[in-house]
Amino acid sequence: MIEVKDISKSFDGNHVLKNITVEFFPGKVNFIIGRSGSGKSVLTKCIVGLMEVDKGEIVFDGRSFTKMDRWDRRIVRQEMGMLFQGSALFDSMTVEENVMFPLKMFSKMSAGEMKDRVNFCLERVNLQGKNHLYPSEISGGMQKRTGIARAISMNPKYLFCDEPNSGLDPQTAIVIDNLIKEITYEFNITTVVVSHDMNSVIEIGDYINFIYQGELWWKGDKKEILKTQNDELNNFVFPSEFMKEIKEVLRDGRG
Amino acid sequence: MLVNVFTRPEKRKVYKKLIVDEIDKIGIQSLGIVALLSLFMGAVVTLQTAANIDSGWIPKWTIGFTTRQTMILEFSSTIVCLILSGKVGSNIASEIGTMRISEQIDAMDIMGVNSASYLILPKIIAAMIIFPFMVIMAMACGITAGAMIGSSTGVISLTDYNYGLTYYFEPFQVSYTLIKSVVFAFIITTVSSYHGYYTKGGALQVGQSSTRAVVYSIVLIMIANYILTQLLLL
Repeated sequence: MIEVKDISKSFDGNHVLKNITVEFFPGKVNFIIGRSGSGKSVLTKCIVGLMEVDKGEIVFDGRSFTKMDRWDRRIVRQEMGMLFQGSALFDSMTVEENVMFPLKMFSKMSAGEMKDRVNFCLERVNLQGKNHLYPSEISGGMQKRTGIARAISMNPKYLFCDEPNSGLDPQTAIVIDNLIKEITYEFNITTVVVSHDMNSVIEIGDYINFIYQGELWWKGDKKEILKTQNDELNNFVFPSEFMKEIKEVLRDGRG
Repeated sequence: MLVNVFTRPEKRKVYKKLIVDEIDKIGIQSLGIVALLSLFMGAVVTLQTAANIDSGWIPKWTIGFTTRQTMILEFSSTIVCLILSGKVGSNIASEIGTMRISEQIDAMDIMGVNSASYLILPKIIAAMIIFPFMVIMAMACGITAGAMIGSSTGVISLTDYNYGLTYYFEPFQVSYTLIKSVVFAFIITTVSSYHGYYTKGGALQVGQSSTRAVVYSIVLIMIANYILTQLLLL
């Protein structure tokens, strides 16, 4: 479990995160949603340690990440996997080398074992046979799947996904969503997804945290989102009249 | 950044391979341009010196002597490294800068990899290993070209040229130039890596980082050249 306790972050006096307290649960897909500029990406970067918080604490399974020195942090980081918005694959490496990279750096596996592990991960994301292609030679959806394979290669306890569906067509987006969900349940990973794709949220979200103007404005599950009277959340999730009608239909169980 | 760069590497075996790759990228792939420039520079220095000796009191072997001194003391280390700061420095800054803006460095950091060390240390070590060899090659090419052009155009005989080459030769001058090349290698790789590593923004900023890397490297090389000359030769 990841616990975020009362964290704040500001840039040049501009308070981007204000006293946020939130938990992310293992074996569940935990969403952070919010409008562009609401602070959700900063929150994720603070959680994974790419940014330092001004105050507050981040705890990974009882271990205070904020109080650790960089050596201990590196150990916790080896338990993390992250899928980036732009995939962030190493473009000088093949698909296989990308997935093998964390294994080469940290595991004590033999070359054969690493190869087996890579093939397992690639099969898991339906990319078998693509080992020797470079990121520039595969589609955006395949790049995302390679990113997932790399993220899970070290058997992570925590998986972070930053806008996993951005730039993908709706069908590929659903494939990626389902993959994230399956992997989360299969390996009991604490998954945190940052997104403003409401289709993903409704499709695979177990717990949803809504960030508004740097504050945690609402949290709950996807059923509760349909019943909420929170205006900001309603305007975010159901921005158009058409979407508001859909909400009514879903809430009333009609249609 | 340098503290992170020089912390103990995660896996030495991985780093060894990276260093070999970087020696190829930084050094071997620059051999052609260094050789070409050195050949022409040696030839031109020989011809210019010959053209400027219009007094019968100045012996012909001065041409060989001047070519040797120019090639060893300044061209092979300083000028070659200035050229390499353009080729290698901009390449390093743009490579690391692109990795920064496309979140590849963030990906490494999140995995727990010391990205500064992984990306920069092999480049520094590789450059410090290969630059002295390139400098020796530049000296050899320049001096050989001078001999060939000097004798083929008839401005100096090979005997006179060789006499000039060996006249009052101080082996320490070669050591001095090799020391300079190692220092310049360090400057080029660290300055370029720094500008690439701290790139923020997009493609435009990667280009700016690359330009800054070259400009700062050149300025620092010139300052270091002056300081090292003062310290080592006087």
